[in-house]
Amino acid sequence: MLDYAPGDKDDPRESNLQFLQLVISGIAQGCIYGLIALGFVLIYKATETVSFVQGDLMMLGAFGGLAAMTMLNFPFWLAILSAIAAMGGFGLVVARLVIRPILGQPQFTIVMLTIGIGYIVRGLITMVPGIGTETHTLPVPYKDVVLTVGGLLLSVEQVVVIGSTALLCAILYTVFRYSTVGIAMQASSQNQLAAYYMGIPVKRLNGLVWALAAAVAAVAGLLLAPITFVHVNMAFIGLKAFPAAVVGGFGSLPGAIVGGLIIGVVESLSGFYLPTGFKDVAPYIVVLAMLWFKPNGLFGEKLRKKV
Amino acid sequence: MRFLFKTSYADDVALAKHGGQKFWYGALMAALVLAPWALPEYWLAQLSFVLIYSIVGLGLMLLAGFTGQVSIGHAAFLGVGAYTQAYLTNHGWPFPLALAAAMALSAGTGVVVGVPALRVKGIYLGIATLAFGFIVEEVFARWESVTGGNAGLHVKAPDVFGWKLDDDASFYYLCLVLCVLVTLGVLNLLRSPTGRAFVAIRDSEISAQSMGINLAYYKGLSFAISAALAGVAGALYAHKLRFLSPDQFSLVQSVDLLLLVVVGGLGFVHGAFLGAIFLITMPQLIAIGKDWLPESIGQAAGLQAVVYGIVLVAFVLFEPMGLYGRWLKVRTWFQLFPFYRKGMFKRQKAFAKSDRLK
Repeated sequence: MLDYAPGDKDDPRESNLQFLQLVISGIAQGCIYGLIALGFVLIYKATETVSFVQGDLMMLGAFGGLAAMTMLNFPFWLAILSAIAAMGGFGLVVARLVIRPILGQPQFTIVMLTIGIGYIVRGLITMVPGIGTETHTLPVPYKDVVLTVGGLLLSVEQVVVIGSTALLCAILYTVFRYSTVGIAMQASSQNQLAAYYMGIPVKRLNGLVWALAAAVAAVAGLLLAPITFVHVNMAFIGLKAFPAAVVGGFGSLPGAIVGGLIIGVVESLSGFYLPTGFKDVAPYIVVLAMLWFKPNGLFGEKLRKKV
Repeated sequence: MRFLFKTSYADDVALAKHGGQKFWYGALMAALVLAPWALPEYWLAQLSFVLIYSIVGLGLMLLAGFTGQVSIGHAAFLGVGAYTQAYLTNHGWPFPLALAAAMALSAGTGVVVGVPALRVKGIYLGIATLAFGFIVEEVFARWESVTGGNAGLHVKAPDVFGWKLDDDASFYYLCLVLCVLVTLGVLNLLRSPTGRAFVAIRDSEISAQSMGINLAYYKGLSFAISAALAGVAGALYAHKLRFLSPDQFSLVQSVDLLLLVVVGGLGFVHGAFLGAIFLITMPQLIAIGKDWLPESIGQAAGLQAVVYGIVLVAFVLFEPMGLYGRWLKVRTWFQLFPFYRKGMFKRQKAFAKSDRLK
């Protein structure tokens, strides 16, 4: 029997462990992508528009949590909840002020509009003196705690990410399946005009969907903050959530999470097994391949327009 | 008011509709030709940039404004043109041959992106081009033997068969000539059956298809032409800056190009030029405005992003036809005085048309 030093790369047990380790960190990262993608999909389903502002909302959520914890000295749970609620309110305001006036215009218009909002949000945060250009850490109680499960090293941050994502998905599923608002949202997303005729307040629902998407983005930001740092450039992580949404099929909520997980794992594995440089573009290569072979994604509905 | 009486089909497709246009465009051309004598060196360089951005803007306008296909990765085509030009020029190719190669290679990449575009629409296309842009940027950074990687690449001055264009004025003339040629080409294209087919695809793919327009062919062609123009602009850009690095062709550049067409006026050839002027003068205006603002706002790092964002949002919300649309309104007001009505250019209220109807 061969003898391997601990940590030796050639040891099959070690390399299996390493693989698992990579997969788990990929899943944790993928949950973040999935949550941001969830925001895209929520907005896309409700209004058939694509929001390029989701990553910025995530960044804003993380900064909101930071501000609540360090400046207002809120206790942890209150800070988290107030940051999420504040982002929900922000989403509502954005939807009311700038999205509603141009609803129904071509998709490209809203894409440009949300890119513009993203610029403003990033610029404003950068302009805050002493905070905007710095890198911060979010003081969470579970920082730097590591669990060991059968040789696997699990950082609690990752476990929290995965757990909260699962919880959030369960909540969203319940809301969409059983509550009146959720069913109304589904109806309005399937056919706005018909929903409108049925007496569903489509405009108000669209505002709510934006609020929900912003709140989910804030959750993603608060979950990601302990793993990386709170910084303005967090916003660009949102761009990796597009591949997640497309891989899952743009109109499918479970698809967004699954797509996020796939992107996260692919990214994590390609960062280790492929030459440098592939880690950053792996999600985009996956999405191009997906668009080429299966444009509707894994769970997407077939889109066809009849005259 | 001016009345145009068209007595032949040639009148209908003429580039200059009436004597006034001939006069004003002639005056503009004369001013541009005389510019090197009148302008200081710095502003001449800025004018060259305006011409370069107008070329790539025309390309994107053709694609986004006239064919209705969104590209969020247009900087990639610009980059392909720039690096091709840089590599070939540094290997001793004369300018026209290198330019042709840059154009061809950009057009080729355009087709590569355009072909999946035949299967995907709307936002999927946007994301496909976005993904492509990221991949190309990474290739620029990693393919060090050709592009010099992140360390950058120096570019020699253009060399037209032994005639070196290494001072600002001669390079400006090169940009001017190419820009005029491209503009005339685009105008001609738009009044030809091909251009009409592009517009038909933009307005409704289904009705275009019913009229016998081959969607695959025309979309691919639009991508190819648009990318080729970006390649030309990229080649000039490489010579203008004399130094290339991958981060010049990042998402920020792509978004700047989109900003250019949207602010200029989507769907107008003039819009590409107005947008280019806007894009080049905006940083200068911000720099001037900084002095008027309080220290804490004026010197902050994010000011430019905020201003860009506000301008973009304001245009999308209040002036969807862009700067050229604003000019059209002003002109119509004077032409119809005093009969201009507020609602003449009003955007129609629309309920979202679903793609999901089965």
